Amino acid sequence: MEHIVIIGNGISGVTLARHIRKNSNKKITIVSAETDYFFSRTALMYVYMGHMKFEHTQPYENWFWEKNRIELKKGFVQTIETHSKTLHFAKGDTLQYDKLILATGSKPNKFGWPGQDLDGVQGLYNKQDLDTLEQNAPNNKVCNRAVIVGGGLIGIEFAEMLVSRKIPVTFLVRESSFWNGVLPEGESEMISRHIKTHHIDLRLSTNLKEIKADENGRVKSIIIEETGEEINCNVVGLTAGVTPNIDFIKKSNIETDKGVLVNRKLETSVPDVYAIGDCAQQREAIGNRRPIEAVWYTGRMMGETLAQTICGNPMEYNPGHWFNSAKFMDIEYQTYGWVFGERNRPDYEKHFHWIHKDDNKCITIAYHKDTKLFLGINTFGIRMRHEFFDNVLTKKWTVDKVIEHLSAANFDPEFYKLHEKDIVTQFNSETGSTILLSKKSWRKIFA
Amino acid sequence: MKIIKHTGLVLFIIALTIFTGTLFTGSFGLTKAEVEEYVTAQGYKSEVITEALEKAVSTEKELSIFEFSNRVRDAYQASNDHYDNLIAKYDAEKNWDKKGEQYQYKIYGKPHTLSYNLAKNAGSGYVKENAGLMWWLTFGLGIIGALLFILPNFILLGAPGIKNDGVFHKAATNRGWIAWLVLFYLVTFYLLLYFKADYVVNWTYILDPISEFLNGGKASQWFVYGFLYCTIMTVMAVRMFIKYRHNKYQILRTTSVLFFQIVFAFLIPEIMTSLNMPGYDFKNAFPLDYDFFFEWNIEKLTESGAVGLFILVWGTILTLVIVPLMVYFFGKRWYCSWVCGCGGLAETLGDPYRQLSDKSLKSWKLERWVIHSVLVFSVLMTVVTLYCYFSGAESFLGIHSQWIKDTYSFLIGAWFAGVIGTGFYPIFGNRVWCRFGCPLAAYLGLVQRFKSRFRISTNGGQCISCGNCSTYCEMGIDVRAYAQKGENIVRSSCVGCGVCSAVCPRGVLKLENDSMDGRINPTEVLLGNDVNLLDLLNKK
Repeated sequence: MEHIVIIGNGISGVTLARHIRKNSNKKITIVSAETDYFFSRTALMYVYMGHMKFEHTQPYENWFWEKNRIELKKGFVQTIETHSKTLHFAKGDTLQYDKLILATGSKPNKFGWPGQDLDGVQGLYNKQDLDTLEQNAPNNKVCNRAVIVGGGLIGIEFAEMLVSRKIPVTFLVRESSFWNGVLPEGESEMISRHIKTHHIDLRLSTNLKEIKADENGRVKSIIIEETGEEINCNVVGLTAGVTPNIDFIKKSNIETDKGVLVNRKLETSVPDVYAIGDCAQQREAIGNRRPIEAVWYTGRMMGETLAQTICGNPMEYNPGHWFNSAKFMDIEYQTYGWVFGERNRPDYEKHFHWIHKDDNKCITIAYHKDTKLFLGINTFGIRMRHEFFDNVLTKKWTVDKVIEHLSAANFDPEFYKLHEKDIVTQFNSETGSTILLSKKSWRKIFA
Repeated sequence: MKIIKHTGLVLFIIALTIFTGTLFTGSFGLTKAEVEEYVTAQGYKSEVITEALEKAVSTEKELSIFEFSNRVRDAYQASNDHYDNLIAKYDAEKNWDKKGEQYQYKIYGKPHTLSYNLAKNAGSGYVKENAGLMWWLTFGLGIIGALLFILPNFILLGAPGIKNDGVFHKAATNRGWIAWLVLFYLVTFYLLLYFKADYVVNWTYILDPISEFLNGGKASQWFVYGFLYCTIMTVMAVRMFIKYRHNKYQILRTTSVLFFQIVFAFLIPEIMTSLNMPGYDFKNAFPLDYDFFFEWNIEKLTESGAVGLFILVWGTILTLVIVPLMVYFFGKRWYCSWVCGCGGLAETLGDPYRQLSDKSLKSWKLERWVIHSVLVFSVLMTVVTLYCYFSGAESFLGIHSQWIKDTYSFLIGAWFAGVIGTGFYPIFGNRVWCRFGCPLAAYLGLVQRFKSRFRISTNGGQCISCGNCSTYCEMGIDVRAYAQKGENIVRSSCVGCGVCSAVCPRGVLKLENDSMDGRINPTEVLLGNDVNLLDLLNKK
């Protein structure tokens, strides 16, 4: 029986294992050094905040794995020997594989800041990081202030976590407005304002110079590059993005760059070795996507796809329309299709931006300035229907048609106040259109 | 703000202590004339009960309610023993006529109920004489304290949004010592209420004025329970309004259950009683209202003229037509989390405990066995009762009518719905009764599962498996198991509280009524992946 070994029990590896089991009788082993069982990494923040217990982050009960004949091995792989198809573990034991899948995920970026390895300096990525944070910042007596470095999705979650325990937070963001490398200006500024309403000391256009230690080698303060200001703190959170977690793979003969290089079939340079999820790097980017996509859904989709290949139905990784979501403190964010921030915005991409007077809801619709083709939407504080926009993008609707049928896209809970009328009115007045809001449901539209 | 909160907590605890303390106050006794009047009014034929009761309660001694209860129950026991001895004696003598005569002298009824009926008129003391002041010191102070504890959250919780910070860090909401203390208090409360009502007779004095105002009569233990129920729901609804003030579905739903509890379950029956009509809760559907088809209820209703007849027809139509039809259009949520009293308490007082329900597959299996057994039990009981009612028989299918009614009332009505259903909130979550025990929920669930437009839609491929939805599902549904596969959630137990959708950080879940086509949509691969792969696998 063919032995499939998956390194990494995150969403990519586990999705792959589940789908291989559905389609075959192959022997499956998942190797992880992090935890005994699969858990949802995105939910770690809720454990610290007390919304959930760690066991709640585990999507499958513990009997699931044995019932589905998925073997779990806890161990740290030190070397991969591809010629003999052998994994060598840190404890000295070995494991033979027929096919190997690398699904090792990411690790936090460190950019060589002085003091970045001190006690009290940490990222927020894995279970160990959560345990460390519980040690470093159990409350605001032990941790009088924390400094977060890096204004991305993990940074704002990290800040929200600390605030939940009433720990003062200084948030250093390199950009001039929060996440404006990705978000258009209006949205980025709204989120920046929202962060401040949570009493977070948000420092924009601010870089970290160094982290200083006390006599015990623990972090005591940080120095800001631009002003030289020293901020006393007990915890420094490094959240300046993530990078593939592939140090041990680099020692093997598997070709790597920033990540493990793969082709569209998710095959690495070595036969019978594949890579999926955060650690995989496409040799050529797919569409507007980045070569390395450290996103929950893409990891899952790679797992779904590769399972087909491994079970004898070779298939390329060919993701559909881009989508994503996040939550910034109290404001939910969803995106469908492509909406670019100022930095990467193509010439032809025009934006329509609507913001609610409460300053906690807004949308940005991107469309082609000549053809009026709908390109994508960012929505904040209003939930929208994935299926609606997936259809719209496939059918290449114009922006006018999307605006006309915007009610059908709404996914907010029942009885919520609807804003489509406002949006249409503003769109009409800005573009000189005379669109009337349609009441048709999305099912009827695409029937 | 913190100071206000803590002051509120202290006031509430003081009020609760006084409320509990009143149980130990007052002195109880009746004059011989009063005893004789009572015995005559009750129509007791026993020749020894009057003397036994007089000896017991017409005394110079100041009796506490507990001593009073002991003496009264002993007196009844003595009277019954007297005739039992005679029965045994005549039995031995084979004097059948004499033996048969003795039975009419026996007094039936639960000892604590007999004692309660006497005690209600026998008490005197500070609480009874100062009912108004005592109301303020217990209910009044409790309400003020609780509100002072709750209202600052409007500011302390920060901007509107989901605020579950620290839920699993607190002893009250994570099965810590506070939770066990609350459990102990609630369980004791229900045990006294159901089984030793005489011990809580002092509470009825506090509410006598209000009861007299509403229905012209003195407060019973059930009036106390109803009033307390409405008070607790109102105060805890304020908490809901603050906690979910960003979520209109939650606000409307909470307002609705509160309205139905206060108006339908409490006020209307009280007013009907005052108008000499049978008090009836028009929203309480059989088989949750398990004694609707009991002989005494049917008789009471048929003897009450047009109103009674209307109630009889309404109750039947409610269960057979209105309930299933509404479930078809809106799901069982229209009842369980918008109208029902049990649901109403669960969604207000119980909301802080919703995360404690068990999500394991095992508990789901147990749930299905237990709740459907209760449904079968209730239907069987009703069939037996109705058959016996119309045929005049004592039993049907070998089941004794009185026995099955008593057993159901005791096991399901009192223990399951009350003691366990509510008493165990702090440990097993707030919907133990609704999930495992309620026969109406089982019936609605069958309709919802097989013939309804309601579902919780999953938003394409947006789920990140975080587990907030499952954690906060009070019914113990593993919502995530469906959402992370891109499948809609169609489950018989779902009461449509909407909290899964509220706590979802990624906008994945929406409660909807829509066409039944594609309502249940098992998927292999989620939206967002290769369209060819989706076609290949999802249409297989």
